[in-house]
Amino acid sequence: MSATLSHRGPARDAVVANALSRRRQRVNFLVEALCLLATFVGLAFLALILATLLYLGFSGLSASVFTTITKPPGSHGGLLNAIIGSLIQTALGTAIGTPIGLLVGTYLSEYARGSLLGEAVRFVSDVLLSAPSILIGLFVYTVMVSPFGGFSGWAGAVALAVIVIPIVVRTTEDMLRLIPVALREAAVALGAPKWKSIVFICYRAALDGIATGVLLAIARIAGETAPLLFTSLGNLNWSLSLTQPMSSLPVTIYQYAGSAFDDWVQLAWVGALLITFGVLALNVLARIVLRPRT
Amino acid sequence: MSNSITEADAKPNIGTVSTRSTEALNEPRIAIRNLDFYYGANRALKAINLDFPAGQVTGMIGPSGCGKSTLLRVLNRMYDLYPGQRATGEVLMDGENIIAPGIDLNQLRSRIGMVFQKPTPFPMSIYENITFGVKLHERLSKADMDERVEWSLTRAALWAEVKDRLHSSAMGLSGGQQQRLCIARTIAVRPEVILFDEPTSALDPISTLKIEELIDELKREFTIAIVTHNMQQAARCADQVAFFYLGEMVEVAAAADMFTAPKQKRTQEYITGRFG
Repeated sequence: MSATLSHRGPARDAVVANALSRRRQRVNFLVEALCLLATFVGLAFLALILATLLYLGFSGLSASVFTTITKPPGSHGGLLNAIIGSLIQTALGTAIGTPIGLLVGTYLSEYARGSLLGEAVRFVSDVLLSAPSILIGLFVYTVMVSPFGGFSGWAGAVALAVIVIPIVVRTTEDMLRLIPVALREAAVALGAPKWKSIVFICYRAALDGIATGVLLAIARIAGETAPLLFTSLGNLNWSLSLTQPMSSLPVTIYQYAGSAFDDWVQLAWVGALLITFGVLALNVLARIVLRPRT
Repeated sequence: MSNSITEADAKPNIGTVSTRSTEALNEPRIAIRNLDFYYGANRALKAINLDFPAGQVTGMIGPSGCGKSTLLRVLNRMYDLYPGQRATGEVLMDGENIIAPGIDLNQLRSRIGMVFQKPTPFPMSIYENITFGVKLHERLSKADMDERVEWSLTRAALWAEVKDRLHSSAMGLSGGQQQRLCIARTIAVRPEVILFDEPTSALDPISTLKIEELIDELKREFTIAIVTHNMQQAARCADQVAFFYLGEMVEVAAAADMFTAPKQKRTQEYITGRFG
């Protein structure tokens, strides 16, 4: 440092510099403490919920939960019909919603850039994404349940599909937009028509993200109660018919948890535990299958 | 440093220049006639006339934004992807104007391949990276396809390095290997012309050298156009060099003539590094 430096203002004051530094450290300490506190509060609630769920859920868990269907209070029923019903409706809802969501997302990202229709579709899809799920249940009730004269597994599956669609639309569009222009141009430069570069290159490059979106959607609908209340209704008997009311775990939890019978309340906790572990297993599976490849 | 221009300054120091001269240029494979190009209302290329001699390398040089990459993207109609971009004039290949409407773009691009600035391997295996383009235009048996893959990777000087891991992901290759894979992928379609858009600007010197050697090798079979910011590269690779400035083609000449005796003042200033 020499005196020939061009700056001619007042020299740095060591006292002021120290004061500023101390102030910075105090603010830093304060912000860090607040962040830690917030993290702790958030985690505490999560831990409490999980602990309650694990304690009450596991205390009611037994083999008969998986082998017996729902029965009247006091007769040692299980959840078999609810488990199967949930699996069927979730699978169907995903199977119906995913292709539609995928194609809409592709349309928005690849074909509708800057178009008015694209903007409108994106807006509607985003509204649907945050629509209360009971509204979706009521909508399907209006178009499928009342005209065809009854609650049905199909109606439940369609209601779940309506929830799946906007989630998949959003993730598909976002993931496709992340793909560099250079990759698309490289495919086109080889003489690939647009659809081939989308299907064989872009989908492949965006696969992890799109699959994550689908898994998120499955996790979401696996726990949905409201859309099923007005559509598949719930069924205390064994039924695999999609044209009949169909049982499901969330609806059974809803019915049982609010009942006056201790064994039903306990089964509701078991059901909640099963959904939680199901979704957890799905997430773990996704991480294994979709782990970054080298 | 003095500002006066001496004789030594005027002589560009760009290493070895081959003694190829104008007479050595072949018949044109592609002929550009009176080409204008527009990004919306902005005229990015102005009345370009340029021949690409068959089986030889045409280098295109000029400062950033001068239109050389734009010209390359006209040749394979890449600009068609983007609304608002249009070209007028003629680009003749086998007597046909390839920028006219009604040209089958997918077939055109199978005849005029392109290698980009950054390596763009597809997120799939090395083998599939090659077969993707081939399958677009040909139906080959497994044996024929294997042979094509080996042929193209060999031509791209990559076969020895990847022959034991053809079915592992192309994303695991180094940058230089990825770029050679992109060249192999382009060759595999068996185009007649290959466009290189600054193919080595993202690579290290060793990889760059390999790709330059490759280009020299490839011109026996393909007509090549290369855009580069690297004057030495243009001198080493090109038979003919065109200098672009502000959307105009200032000068075109055989590489030897261009670097030893440029006719235009702007060309001389650019290749001696006085602006750009």
